[in-house]
Amino acid sequence: MKHLGRTKFAVSSMALLSLTLTGCIGGGSSSTPVNPSQNADAKDVTLSISANAILGGKSDAEAVWITKSVIPKFEAEQKAKGVNVKVSFNPSGVEDEAFKSKMSLALKAHTAADLVELDGIWTGEFADAGYIKPLNDVVGKEKVTAWDGWKQIQPGIQQFTSYNGQAYGIPEGTDGRVIYFNKKLFQKAGLPADWQPKSWADILSAAEKLKSLSGVTPLQINAGTPMGEATTMQGFLPLLQGTGQPVYKDGKWQGASQGVKDVLDFYGKIYGSAKLGDPLLQQETDGRSKSFQLFADGKLGIIIEGDYLWRSVINPKGGIAPMADRDTVVGWAKIPAQAPGKGVNGTDFVSMSGGGGVFLNPDSKYPQQAWELLTFMNSAKILEDKFIPTPQLSARDDVNAAVLGKDPLLTYIAKEVLPVSGFRPGVAVDPQVSLAIEDATGKAASGTSGEAAAQDYEKALEQLVDKSNVFK
Amino acid sequence: MSEIDADAAASQKLRKSERVKRKGNRTSEDGDSAGLGKGRAAAFVAPAMLLIAIFLVFPALWTLYLGLTNYRLTGFAATHPRFVGIDNYVNALTDSRFLNSLGLTLLFVLGSAVIGQSVLGFAIAWMMTRVRKGVKSVVEFFVLLAWIVPSSVSTFLWLALLDRNNGTLNTLFGTGTTAWLLQFPMQSIIVFNTWVGTAFSMLLFSSALGAVPPTQLESSKIAGAGAWAQLRDVIFPHIRSHVLTNTILITLWTFNTFTPYLLTAGGPDHRSEILPVYIYRLALSEGSLGQGSAVSLIMILINLVIALVYLRILREKKS
Repeated sequence: MKHLGRTKFAVSSMALLSLTLTGCIGGGSSSTPVNPSQNADAKDVTLSISANAILGGKSDAEAVWITKSVIPKFEAEQKAKGVNVKVSFNPSGVEDEAFKSKMSLALKAHTAADLVELDGIWTGEFADAGYIKPLNDVVGKEKVTAWDGWKQIQPGIQQFTSYNGQAYGIPEGTDGRVIYFNKKLFQKAGLPADWQPKSWADILSAAEKLKSLSGVTPLQINAGTPMGEATTMQGFLPLLQGTGQPVYKDGKWQGASQGVKDVLDFYGKIYGSAKLGDPLLQQETDGRSKSFQLFADGKLGIIIEGDYLWRSVINPKGGIAPMADRDTVVGWAKIPAQAPGKGVNGTDFVSMSGGGGVFLNPDSKYPQQAWELLTFMNSAKILEDKFIPTPQLSARDDVNAAVLGKDPLLTYIAKEVLPVSGFRPGVAVDPQVSLAIEDATGKAASGTSGEAAAQDYEKALEQLVDKSNVFK
Repeated sequence: MSEIDADAAASQKLRKSERVKRKGNRTSEDGDSAGLGKGRAAAFVAPAMLLIAIFLVFPALWTLYLGLTNYRLTGFAATHPRFVGIDNYVNALTDSRFLNSLGLTLLFVLGSAVIGQSVLGFAIAWMMTRVRKGVKSVVEFFVLLAWIVPSSVSTFLWLALLDRNNGTLNTLFGTGTTAWLLQFPMQSIIVFNTWVGTAFSMLLFSSALGAVPPTQLESSKIAGAGAWAQLRDVIFPHIRSHVLTNTILITLWTFNTFTPYLLTAGGPDHRSEILPVYIYRLALSEGSLGQGSAVSLIMILINLVIALVYLRILREKKS
C-alpha cells in the first residue's frame, strides 16, 4: 500500500514534468509573432537601451552620450508631439564575451531592453537563434525603407547589422587596426619617429632594438583566450591577412595552411625564442587591460590595436588609462604584410575592420517608438553630439565629413587603412571559429610549435564546420 | 489537483481515525509512531516534496533532456535543437579537457577540503582548547571573517595579494614579479579555498572537542600519554563521526564551488579549470548548452555517489 502510493506519486510527477518539458526549449523565441503596430498610438511609453558602456568606466563617452544627449533630447522631442516617453539606460562595463552571454540570456528570456547595442559579428548567431528579427518584420517595411539615413551608410558597413540580406539594426560605425608605437622609447632605442615597418621582419628587428631598454616590454600582439575577440581582431586575423588568404573564402575556412602555420610561428618567436613579448600577459585574465596600462605608462614599445585604444583607452580626456602626452608620444603605422605584396589581393599592408550597431528587440512592447528612438540615435545631428567630443569612424558619411578632420589618427585610418582592411565573415559559426583561433594563438604563445598548434586548430575547425568546408 | 488531493486526504484521515478508535492504538505496530495517519503525513511532506520537485528533480530531468540535444545559447541550434542521443556524454568522457578538469577537481577537493580545511580547522580548534578565552575569540573572529566576507570582495583582496607587478605577497617576500596565479594556478586556488572554508571545520571541531570528557584526558595524561597518543586514542574515537560529517559536507561544497573562477577563470590554458568553471565556460562562454548539460549531469552523478557513500557509512555506524 505504502509502496504503491509512492510509485503513484512518482509516476504522476514524472508525467507532469515531461508535459512541462515537451517543447520547453526553442518554443519561446520563435512562437511569439511580432506585431509592428502594437501600442503605436500609446501616449505613455517606456523604452530602454542596453549597451556595454558605463559612466566612469568602459566606453564612458558612449554612456555620457546616451544619458546626457540621446535620452533627454528624445524625451523632449516626443513631449513636443504630446507623447510622454520615459527612456532608461541599462549600463554594463564588462568584457565583450560576458556582455554577449548576458545579452543572449536576456533576449532569450524576453527581458532585454528595447534597443540593444551589439557587436556586428554576433548578428548571424543572434538572428539564427531568433533573438533578433529583421527590422522589416519588427517595424514594418515601409517605415524602415523610408528612413533617410540609409543612403548615408555605405553598403559594406550596412553588412555589420545585416544577415542574409536583411537589416536587423542600424550600424553605428566602423574601426581599423594599426600598429602603435611609443616615440619616446623609439628615440631612446635609435629608431625613427616616422617608423613604418614593411614586413614582419621589420617589426621583429625594431622590437629587438627596444629590448635593450630596461623595464620595457618591446612588443604586444594579442594572443590567447583571456583577451577574447581582441586576440582574433588585433592579432591573428591581421597577421593572417598578411599571408595572402583571408580566414574565410567562398564559403570555406582556412585550415592548417602554410599561412596559419607562419602566423602561429610568428607568435612562437615573439613570446618564445626571441623573447620580445610577455607571454604571461597573454594568460592573465585582465591581460589586455594590463597591456593598455603598460602602454600608457611608457613601458610597452609596440602594440597592435584598434582605434579604440586611441579614443577610449589612452585618451587624455575620459580614457580608462589616460596618457597626458598621447598626442606627442604615440605614433602609428600601417600593419605590414608578412612581406611586401603578400597581403590579401597583393597588398603591402593589411588591417581588419568591424563594427557594432543598435538592434531592435523583437519583444519590444513599443516597436514603433523604439524604431523612432533608434533612428533618432542615428540621426546626423545627435551623432555629432557623440563624435565631435571624441571623434570616431561613424557609419554615416555626412557625420564623418563633419568630425574626422579634427583627429589625425582617424583621418589616417579612413584614408590609408580602410582601403586595405578585411572584414569578418558574416556567418553564424564565426564567433566559434574565433574561439578556436584564440586557443591556437594561446598555445603558440606559451610554447607549442606553430605546426602542432595549427593542427589542433584545424581539428577544432572540423568539429565546427564540415571537413569539405576547410581549405589550405 | 491539489483540491482533490486535499479532499482525499481529509476523507482518508476520517477513515483512519475511525479505524484507530475501533481497533485501539495500533499505530506503533504499522510504523506510524507519530499517529498522524497517511493523509496528514502526506500533507506535512507535500510542501517539501513540491519544492524538491520544482527546484531539484525538474532541473535535473531537464538537464538530462538538454544533455541529449545539441542545444546552444545562440545560433540555429538555439531554436531548433536536434536530438543527438548520448553523443555529448561520449564526447565528454573521451575529451581530454573534461578528464583534465575532473582530475583537477579531485585534486582541488583533496587539497583544499579533505586536507586543507579539515586539518587546518582541526589544528586551530585543538590549539584553541589550550589558550585563554580572549585569544580564542580573536582567532575565531578572524577565521570566521574569511568565511563570511562576500566572495567577490575576498577574491579581489586575493588578486591584490597575488598580483605580479604590485602584489602584496611579492613585496613581502621579495619574490620579484612571480605571477602566482599563472605559474601556480592550482596551488593558488587550493590555498585560497582553504583560507575561505576553514571556519566551518574549525567551528564543527571545536564543538566536537568540547564533548570529549575531560576526565578521560586527565587520566590519559596521568598514564603518561603524549599529545599524539591523546589525540589518537582519546580524542579521535570521540569525534570520529564529526570528522565524517565534516569531510562529506566540505567535499560536496568544494566539489561544486565556483569562486575560483573569480581568481583564475580556469586559466591559464585550462590549468585551473575545475568542473564548475569548465561547465560555465562550456555552456555560457562558448554557448554549448547541450554539452554543458551533459557534463553537469555527470557532475550530479558524482555528487550522488559521494552522498550515497556517506549515507552508507553513517548507517553502518548506527547498526
